[in-house]
Amino acid sequence: MKQYDAIVIGAGHNGLTNGAYLAKAGLNVAVLERNPYIGGATVSRELHKGWYYSNCSYVSSLLRPEITRDLELPRHGLQVVPFGGGTTFMRNGDHFHNFADHDRLYREMARHSKRDANAYDRYAADTSLQTKLIRPYLMRTPPDPTSMKPRDLADLLEFARSFMALGEEKLLDTIKFWTGSVGDYLDQYFETDVIKAHIAGSGIIGTALGVYSPGTAYVLLHHYMGDVDGNVGAWGFARGGMGAIANSLSKALQSYGGEIICDADVDEIIVRNGRAKGVALKDGTEYRADIVVSNLDPKRTFLDITNPKDLPEDVLKKARNFKIRGSSGKLNIALDGLPTFNGIDPRSRMMGGEMHFSDTMARQERAYDDWKNGTWSKDPYLDMLIPSMTDPTMAPPGKHMMSVFVQYAPPKIDGREWTDEDKDGFEKSVLDQISNYSPNFRDLILHCETRTPREIEAEVGLTEGNIFMGELTFDQLLFNRPFPGYSQYRAPIKGMYMCSSGTHPGGGVMAAPGANAAREILSDLKRPNTVPGGYADD
Amino acid sequence: MTDYDAVIIGAGHNGLICGAYLAKAGKQVLVVDGRDQPGGCASTRELAAGFHISDCAQWLYQFDDDIVRDLGLQAAGLTVGRAKHTVALQSDGDHLSIDGDLLRGAGIEAKDQAAYPLFRQQMNVFAKLMLKLYRGRAPKLVEANWTDRLTLMKLGLGLKLMGKGNMQDLMRLVLINIYDVMNENFDHQGLKAALALDAITGTGMGPRSPNTVFTYLHRALGHQLQASGVVQVMGGMGALGESLKSAAEASGATVRMGCRVEQIVKEGDRVCGVVLADGSTVPTKAVVSSADPTTTFADLLGYQHLETGMARRVAQYRTRSGTAKLHLALSGLPTVTGLDNDALSQRLVIAPSMESIELAWNPIKYAECGHHHIFDISIPSIEDPSLAPNGQHVLTALIHYLPYEPQGGWDAHRQTVLDNLIEQLEAYAPGLKAQIVASELLVPPDFEAAYGMKGGNWHHGELSIDQALMMRPFPGSSQYSTAVPGLFLCGAGAHPGGSLMGLPGRNAAREILKQGVLA
Repeated sequence: MKQYDAIVIGAGHNGLTNGAYLAKAGLNVAVLERNPYIGGATVSRELHKGWYYSNCSYVSSLLRPEITRDLELPRHGLQVVPFGGGTTFMRNGDHFHNFADHDRLYREMARHSKRDANAYDRYAADTSLQTKLIRPYLMRTPPDPTSMKPRDLADLLEFARSFMALGEEKLLDTIKFWTGSVGDYLDQYFETDVIKAHIAGSGIIGTALGVYSPGTAYVLLHHYMGDVDGNVGAWGFARGGMGAIANSLSKALQSYGGEIICDADVDEIIVRNGRAKGVALKDGTEYRADIVVSNLDPKRTFLDITNPKDLPEDVLKKARNFKIRGSSGKLNIALDGLPTFNGIDPRSRMMGGEMHFSDTMARQERAYDDWKNGTWSKDPYLDMLIPSMTDPTMAPPGKHMMSVFVQYAPPKIDGREWTDEDKDGFEKSVLDQISNYSPNFRDLILHCETRTPREIEAEVGLTEGNIFMGELTFDQLLFNRPFPGYSQYRAPIKGMYMCSSGTHPGGGVMAAPGANAAREILSDLKRPNTVPGGYADD
Repeated sequence: MTDYDAVIIGAGHNGLICGAYLAKAGKQVLVVDGRDQPGGCASTRELAAGFHISDCAQWLYQFDDDIVRDLGLQAAGLTVGRAKHTVALQSDGDHLSIDGDLLRGAGIEAKDQAAYPLFRQQMNVFAKLMLKLYRGRAPKLVEANWTDRLTLMKLGLGLKLMGKGNMQDLMRLVLINIYDVMNENFDHQGLKAALALDAITGTGMGPRSPNTVFTYLHRALGHQLQASGVVQVMGGMGALGESLKSAAEASGATVRMGCRVEQIVKEGDRVCGVVLADGSTVPTKAVVSSADPTTTFADLLGYQHLETGMARRVAQYRTRSGTAKLHLALSGLPTVTGLDNDALSQRLVIAPSMESIELAWNPIKYAECGHHHIFDISIPSIEDPSLAPNGQHVLTALIHYLPYEPQGGWDAHRQTVLDNLIEQLEAYAPGLKAQIVASELLVPPDFEAAYGMKGGNWHHGELSIDQALMMRPFPGSSQYSTAVPGLFLCGAGAHPGGSLMGLPGRNAAREILKQGVLA
């Protein structure tokens, strides 16, 4: 029976980050991982020789630069390469290019609608105002409005002040934004379907809501608040795949003396006299530590690996009611060559950008209706990329790797489990969607890995296959994440903590939950803090 | 010619209430309306010879008792019927009755019966807190004056006093959807659907849309405002309009029907009068509009009088609606399997499950009519025989959902949809079709044409959080005054929003008097 100072359950990016900061503070840390490999949903594996599959998360922007620099991730091999632009293909043969260059974007928008082109700056300014509001809170623990502790009251006051500084109208606009739908938000600026549909995609990715469901405007923001090298809103590829992020974090962890133990499937957190004392694995092995940090989602943390008798009834109820609906699938496709797309020059930089095939918000909404009806979208919204265009190490020379994120796929089909036939039907609807705009695409497929919520849950351990470890709706954000009263990374058992994407500030490869949780743990241990504060925006 | 202190546009319930309160305070008030009947949406119409129906609103459930008392509406002729409970019709004939805390029938299990009073209790705690916001102007947050700060403090104190558990629940619930909340609390499909119906009535949302718990609370507030619960107005809803007109006149207001306001006159940067349909101009210190915000700003005032930012807000104000109405004149009382006459006179709803409500909602997103609909039915002639010839009956039903304008226009769809709706009712009330003497389907554009509400939206603009409270109708024009000096809002488009509640009208009157603009 081995004794550690702290045990972190789950070697996803947040578990590794949390472990790294605890180890950096001098704690003897072990990060336990169920799978034989690390990374959780931040993973790249060579499933076929020469092809690297980032088969869950696939692009990077949210990873906090504070952590990248502080843990010296570039020294440990991390390099994020931005990709520019995106395309939405239209049914009429035309398309919309979202150029990174402002002037080119203006001209492209004006080609569809002069009014929209002129509205864009207003849209961008209003949206970046929201981004600026939320960014300072990413690397902080949310205050608890139900608490009377001086720290919470002071934080709440500061939170209120930063909102009050907006002035009456902008503050109300902010409330409107946080409670509104991405569809209504975009309708305020644009008139062209394809432009709205192109942007609206970011409001539904990973979300069990439609473009006209209130709350989706925030999801848009969640995809805009990151940055690549200080370019807010930009997205990039981790060279070598998303696994490079986990690998660099693991090297940072090990450089501080932390340990990673794979094939360690935790059965239960050991609690003695109301205190966490370690974990017991399914194979009977026990590890002892006075600090146990769960990087599993809140449902698994409280309903699977904690004994219900160790938990208060209200937490069990909150965990049962936690919303973690799966809504996404993923196809990873190894290609024999570069497919051609109607209307795009194969040499265009747009080939390296994201591609979408839903040219109206109505089509996106109908895709959501299918999900509500318990089936995968027959006309799915796709976020498709060819990472090997930007990072040639992802595939053998001359070959390509394609990543297709699919919205929507339900966790269950009509209330029953997915079958292999369902999976084939799901795969076909996605391949058909792409083939409609790429005549040679199907012939180039060498192998296709299709992942429904069933596979994502089984392999990565995300309940229902929810990529954010809990929906990003206001009832589960900020001081409500994962539950009201438990947003400060402490579980109701002494010595037990949470550090997953199920805690503030939520999902995406951000690593902020892991870092914030470490700060709280070190404060409870009265150890010097090793976790950086947030950078100020320029 | 009298010089009016205030001209109120629209003699709907809010316009009349606002006028009555202003007149009671000694102001010279003129209320003008293009319709011949007072009351706006509180209206009665003859569907066929001898058959009278409440044309728009059919239930009274959140009309502030204080207003009834202040304005002496009972003396002015308002009589309401007995409190109704809700009977949720089930396809197997074993119907569910929801009467106060008591659930009966339809195989309701002990678990649901035990959970229901607790759920109601908690909703009432939340509704009481909301009432603090509803009975006055919605506070500004940054430019708050002492009135606003006091409201905010009361709200904060109320939050603390409800206890940590309730406060945590409210923080979680207030922005989520009714679908999840129902599933967390109850098992019975029919019960969940009947309750969820309250959350979506009059909105353009389905039970799975976030923010529908807020709309549920908006309706649950009715218990705090109107002690009687859901009732029908004797003589039809128009009687409420008539009584309000009498009360306003008794208070000293002048009410002119059949004369619509064509234009709000602005001179310099102030509103100074209105132009009526007969061409005359009425000068006044204040114009108080109970018309919806879009009509008020875009049609009556005109975009040319608004600065760009505000014009944009007017144009972006959402007025979608999915509510339609079915009116039937019947040769006899319909037979619903398993219901006696008394049960038939209650509020009858057809909403088999929350999924069926959601499925009924999906089509209107694409301007389609759908095949399955949700019904909220009243047969008022059982309790009030004056509404129909002897032994005969009228049936009115709120229908969820129908689009504003289906592909091809309503002319191409109206009859098919009407037939389909009757067919759906027939499944629960066999023989109904044979009893129909006259029938009509009113769709959102009909309400827009008849009552002037943009989009046919009953709430004068969607009631979702981003268009509610201090955001209603939009930032910069909350608290009943607008960005244009001399122009005020007192209709359902102002805080706290729609339904026959009367609070926008009364709150506006109080606010206008407090500002002293009529002095």
